[in-house]
Amino acid sequence: MAKKTIEQEKSKTKFWNDPKVRAIFFQILAIGAVAAFFLYIINNALTNMEQRGITTGFGFLEDPAGFGIIQTLIPYDETYSYGRTFFVGLLNTILVSIMGIFLATILGFAIGIARLSQNWLIAKVASTYIEIFRNLPLLLQIFFWYFAVLRVLPSPRNSLSMGEAVFFNVRGLYIPAPITESAFIAVWIALAIAIIIVIGMYRYEHKLQKETGKTFPLFLPSVGIVIGLPLIVFFLAGSPMTWEYPELRGFNFTGGITIIPELMALLVALTIYTAAFIAEVVRSGIEAIPRGQSEAANALGLTNGQRLRLIIIPQAMRVIIPPLTNQYLNLTKNSSLATAIGYPDLVSVFAGTTLNQTGQAVEIIFMTMAVYLTLSLTTSALMNWYNKRIALVER
Amino acid sequence: MKKQFVSAVAALGLLATSAASMAGTLDDVKSKGFVQCGVSTGLPGFSNPDDKGNWTGIDVDVCRAVAAATLGDASKVKYVPLNAKERFTALQSGEVDVLSRNTTWTLTRDGSLGLNFTGVTYYDGQGFMINKNLGVKSAKDLDGAAVCIQAGTTTELNLADYFRQHGMKYQAVVFDTSDQTVKGFESGRCDVLTSDASQLYALRIKLAKPESAMVLPEIISKEPLGPVVRQGDDAWFNIVKWTLFATVAAEELGVTSKNVDEMKSSTNPNIKRLLGVDAGQGKNLGLPDTWAYNIIKQIGNYGEMFDRNVGKGSALGIDRGINALWTQGGLQYAPPIR
Repeated sequence: MAKKTIEQEKSKTKFWNDPKVRAIFFQILAIGAVAAFFLYIINNALTNMEQRGITTGFGFLEDPAGFGIIQTLIPYDETYSYGRTFFVGLLNTILVSIMGIFLATILGFAIGIARLSQNWLIAKVASTYIEIFRNLPLLLQIFFWYFAVLRVLPSPRNSLSMGEAVFFNVRGLYIPAPITESAFIAVWIALAIAIIIVIGMYRYEHKLQKETGKTFPLFLPSVGIVIGLPLIVFFLAGSPMTWEYPELRGFNFTGGITIIPELMALLVALTIYTAAFIAEVVRSGIEAIPRGQSEAANALGLTNGQRLRLIIIPQAMRVIIPPLTNQYLNLTKNSSLATAIGYPDLVSVFAGTTLNQTGQAVEIIFMTMAVYLTLSLTTSALMNWYNKRIALVER
Repeated sequence: MKKQFVSAVAALGLLATSAASMAGTLDDVKSKGFVQCGVSTGLPGFSNPDDKGNWTGIDVDVCRAVAAATLGDASKVKYVPLNAKERFTALQSGEVDVLSRNTTWTLTRDGSLGLNFTGVTYYDGQGFMINKNLGVKSAKDLDGAAVCIQAGTTTELNLADYFRQHGMKYQAVVFDTSDQTVKGFESGRCDVLTSDASQLYALRIKLAKPESAMVLPEIISKEPLGPVVRQGDDAWFNIVKWTLFATVAAEELGVTSKNVDEMKSSTNPNIKRLLGVDAGQGKNLGLPDTWAYNIIKQIGNYGEMFDRNVGKGSALGIDRGINALWTQGGLQYAPPIR
């Protein structure tokens, strides 16, 4: 039908000479060729694997895994399936990525701003930090933290300890675990209410300032409310929480929460490495703001902190966000170096042990790649959304 | 335009027909002029490079024997160091012709990976190495221990089985290579290192203070280690399989690398057949009749291989044990070469 209408409209030229039709035809041809190519590759791989007696398909995901994993955020033991190892690994990857992104952002911003400091010493320390950590290979840094720093800690029997509650040794950091009773829910509710109150306060202050130009101090009161209100409820409810302390039993500490050294080394290395890049991103973002903006802020009598917080950073964010997204994606992908020190991330557990026990390389590598793609696209979608929100609104 | 489309389809068709071609590995090896052999990244006694890059070990000797049998020259081997995770894919994809890398023969590996195990070079079992000052005398006292282990091995599964069977808990600290595993054990990250018993002795030598560690008496699994080839190339499968048998047969018959030339004039018909003096068996494998002679002359018999690399003549000093000939109470046995 499409052909007909075009023919009717442009009866002078033959439809195959119409540039529009041609363009569409070639695009379909190109897509078709690409699709055919991939179909062919997949089919070829499947046929070859079948011919060589290599098992294919995703049935293995339901078979029992039969191996142990040192850190699991969801219940797992040897009797769970290979499919479960996928989620265990995935969650470990997400854990280290989110914590890494969080810490690297804070550290990176601090150092980026420090590098622009008027204070010679602070500025030099910041730039030395950046030059050192940005230029050493990440894998080397991970090895450094794991083998050179954490390995010299004492054995479990001679742990460094703080008040018989926190223990630090070569096997990890052991901290008490909170055991909450059912009444503890009231504390969570109190926390939620406190947060709502604080948000309300900020909105009111914003409105007040717009209408009257008056402001009132917010930071300390809001900290007080967020901490104080749940604390009061906690004691009113009769302290519905106990601590489970780590205890040395046999070879190792049991009970409490264990933070394995692999996680610490990976997290520290990823944070320090990525923070160096983020610092440079932040610096370039701030330097992209015309000097006039600072001068105007000074002329208005804003303090240094206010100038940064209200004038410079909001404008700099527009420049910072896109390269910052890159750093977040890099951090997530770099977390796969975990396999070198035995942190049980997705690559180590699923694309490592599971792959080897089942031998189904194609399926497993495909799933692993799909995960990193999804993680990266999600991060970048979130950052793009944020970027849009803070984009310059032209009036 | 039409022409372009037709040619595109034709190109795809061409690609499709060229798929799934599986040439004989023997022909490949002959035309390349060397055997591509997958070995470990460094395990004393089995496959280990020295400071000049020369590989030695019992697994390496298998590679050399295959080269001697097929090309007449044991030195025509190219070694590809592989870690436990890479080894099967490397063989499946044709990166190596034979994998001789302390690999345990299991049903899953034989049945689902498109690979075939050709025999057993070394009958092994999984054991534990611990630090002496822990004061542990038996593997049954290891409840709650942190265990260093290499990724992608049968050891990982046996360990889980053993601890579950005895109602004990453990923490698995999994490393990529055996070097990292040893480092983890040495620095105290774990109480125990578990691996095949032969490897434990080899890894113990690598420790800064070997006398500080001891191997527990328990052996918790069967680990028959042997060479592996791709499934679907029976001729090559036979060659690798009988290469190994030839070395065992030579030991049975008392033929060594030193006396092989004198043995040529032996009256024993079995020796004559083995060495290709008369009615040689090479043609059945697609090899020259001197195939076994070349192996024995250049590498030696199974006993020599064992002693030189892992046995009394080596730093490991492992007893022949179940790896002795069947005539001496062991498991090594070669079907008749005739």
